Amino acid sequence: MRDINDYGHYNEAWCPGCGNFDILKALKQTLAELDIPPHKAAIISGIGQAAKIPHYITANGFNGLHGRALPPAQAVKIVNPELTVIAPSGDGCMYGEGGNHFLAAIRRNVDMVALVHDNQVYGLTKGQASPTTLEGQITKTQPMGVTNAPFNPVEVAISMRANFVARSFSGNTPHLVETLKAAVKHPGFALVDVFQPCVSFNKVNTFGWYKKRCYELGEDHDPTNWDAAIQKANEFGDKIPIGVLFTNNRPAYGGHLPKELVYPLGTEKVDSIAFKKVVKKYC
Amino acid sequence: MATFDRTIIIAGAAGQGLVTVGELLSKVLTRAGYEIFATQYYMSRIRGGHNSFRLRISDQPQYSSSDTCDILFAFDQDAVSQHFEMLHEDGTVILSDKLNAMDRQCVSIPFAELAPKPLYENVVALGVLCALLGLDSALPKQLLSERFAPKGEKVIEDNIATLQGAYEWSQQVADKCSRLPEMYAHQNRMLVNGNTSIALGALAAGVKFCSFYPMTPGSSVAQTLINHSKEMGVVVEQVEDEIAALNMALGASYAGAPSIVPTSGGGFALMTEAVSLAGIMEQPVVVVLAQRPGPATGMPTRTEQGDLLFAMFGGHGEFPRIIYAPSSVEECFEIGHKAICYSEKYQTPVIILTDQFLADALQSVDTYDMHQLCQVHTPDYSDDHPEAYKRYLLTKDGVSPRRLPGMGKSIVLADSHAHNERGNITEDKQLRNVMVEKMLLKENSIRNEVIPPRYSGGEHPDTLLICWGSVEGAVREAAAVMTERGEDVAVISFSQVWPLDTMQFSHYLNNAKKRVCIEGNSNAQFAWLLKGLTCIPIEKIISRYDGRPITAGYIINKMYEE
Repeated sequence: MRDINDYGHYNEAWCPGCGNFDILKALKQTLAELDIPPHKAAIISGIGQAAKIPHYITANGFNGLHGRALPPAQAVKIVNPELTVIAPSGDGCMYGEGGNHFLAAIRRNVDMVALVHDNQVYGLTKGQASPTTLEGQITKTQPMGVTNAPFNPVEVAISMRANFVARSFSGNTPHLVETLKAAVKHPGFALVDVFQPCVSFNKVNTFGWYKKRCYELGEDHDPTNWDAAIQKANEFGDKIPIGVLFTNNRPAYGGHLPKELVYPLGTEKVDSIAFKKVVKKYC
Repeated sequence: MATFDRTIIIAGAAGQGLVTVGELLSKVLTRAGYEIFATQYYMSRIRGGHNSFRLRISDQPQYSSSDTCDILFAFDQDAVSQHFEMLHEDGTVILSDKLNAMDRQCVSIPFAELAPKPLYENVVALGVLCALLGLDSALPKQLLSERFAPKGEKVIEDNIATLQGAYEWSQQVADKCSRLPEMYAHQNRMLVNGNTSIALGALAAGVKFCSFYPMTPGSSVAQTLINHSKEMGVVVEQVEDEIAALNMALGASYAGAPSIVPTSGGGFALMTEAVSLAGIMEQPVVVVLAQRPGPATGMPTRTEQGDLLFAMFGGHGEFPRIIYAPSSVEECFEIGHKAICYSEKYQTPVIILTDQFLADALQSVDTYDMHQLCQVHTPDYSDDHPEAYKRYLLTKDGVSPRRLPGMGKSIVLADSHAHNERGNITEDKQLRNVMVEKMLLKENSIRNEVIPPRYSGGEHPDTLLICWGSVEGAVREAAAVMTERGEDVAVISFSQVWPLDTMQFSHYLNNAKKRVCIEGNSNAQFAWLLKGLTCIPIEKIISRYDGRPITAGYIINKMYEE
């Protein structure tokens, strides 16, 4: 059995009390429990506090551009399907700057996990509203209160019939680990939206705020029931459900690709006989 | 020198099949042993408008369009009036008997009589053209049976019968056109365009991943890869936008697949942040920037060389990049290969700067042979001492051994920040300097392998014609005409535009009495670059920015304008 220590210890540059610590720990725990060695995992992120994770874990990593975690993550999986691909990034990166990629990734359905650290605020840039900040919340760049309606990522993902849609909370790591394990194991694109407190910049959605509201979905919730999932996705008030909201079994990306492909793509020599045949077609 | 040089213009509205006729005829001529150079002029619409296919036929390779034509095949009346002035005095208009040849020598085809249904009019056109040019009817028949093989025997038979009918009918009007001199038929000649050649070059170099968002005139690179994806083991993915395209290609490259992303100026604009990312991450990737006139949407189906400086400077921060600008269809193949090769070798973005003219230009060429090309640099598959592996290890030439994630126990960390050798974020000032200097070392190594510009002419010419990319063919043709007139002209042409090694060419610039730079943009971008690097003045600029390709005739006219 693997151990969480296999994934290293680093000096994380986060604020004391940040939800990222728990999410990172849960990520390592998930990999350990699924027996995925560090060299078989690829952690692909964008930019933000959450997106620093590739620097804080012993695993292959790609820390790219803000908003652009999903495009390279999908490509890594396409090129080397043996890798377990997880894209941890914040709500601003995934739903704001990367919104179009989020929609496209759900449609493309590559077998990977988008792990969204959703603290409902921008942390790296110090406290501006994010796509999930609640309406009316006062921030330093929205001093009159946020006027945009908040983005509901799980509802959007369910409405698009994403293969796996879940919500969890950084303050409940056993739940988070179980959710992540299920997300990794489920074929196709999985979204795990994780509530986390931002101790420095979000004074509304605090640890206590989430703790009081989050409750675990029971056995009575059927994640294959789309109507029930949509209903649960809209429960966002005094009570907020966490757990697997929706699952679908659309085949993961790749079914259309030729079976003769050699993985990882690019590691085999160019087939000179095939090339000759291709050239012949232009004669 | 060519013993003959003939041009046929096939013109009409979009959707009439003029490109089909043009391509079939080009293929027949290629198989018959002729040298073909064909260009397409088209409007940004699917039906109607006015398009033309210009086919130049010779016994010597030609690399540009001619300004005149010997045969005008007009699909509609508009085609006659649009190209009337380009037709030689003794040229022939070929057209439907329902159209008016405006008093020029003509062949009027009774389409209603020769084509069993309107669908067959293109085959009639092909038959008439083949007969008038004196080609053996077996060649188009063979081509039609290949082309219609998937549609079954009946369709093939009907097409061949129609072609035979048109061919026989044409014998009575054979005196209206002079036949082509006979050539020795080659077996292994290809007919390809610039973009297809770039894709074939990349395939020969082992490209395995292409992500793209459709944009004219870049898309046909992706289309070629799609057409051969099964045989060559390539994954091609049409994605949500150009931002995704390049970021995805970088992910694919990180995981081990040599990757290519075709686009045009507008798409490249969206990619620039990721170009910068490729630079700092040291991730090999090739971007094909097929230029069209800008700014913004510009003229989508026309040509220009207006993105040179944009390709050089697009992307924030400082990092090495290589920019190639192939000058011919054949060179597109070499450079498609070389771009993958050098992006893998130097782990940095390589841009192929082509344009609509070259992208769509069809040429007959010798069969592409991948064995004549250099070996492509492979990643470090060793996995020695995985615990000590550093993705950005400092080395003498600035290039670090690149391992692939999941191929061994080595952990590969690619990063967009300023980073240390392992790939971790750093703000340490000394480390920052060392890492910037690593980039400079790479740039130096790259500068040692610049493709030298091609020079032809005397040592101290009166006039030196300077050009880059697809304009070379027209410039060399103009120089030949001027030389024949007794002028002392030399040509220098560049297929790599960045970085440049001034040691390779500044003496050529210095030794000429007068320097003329010829390029397809209004700001004389390349002249600006050369002046900046060499401090040598360039006395005259010949520019073109109306969206049409530069031709020899255009250059000669402009040479004598003051």
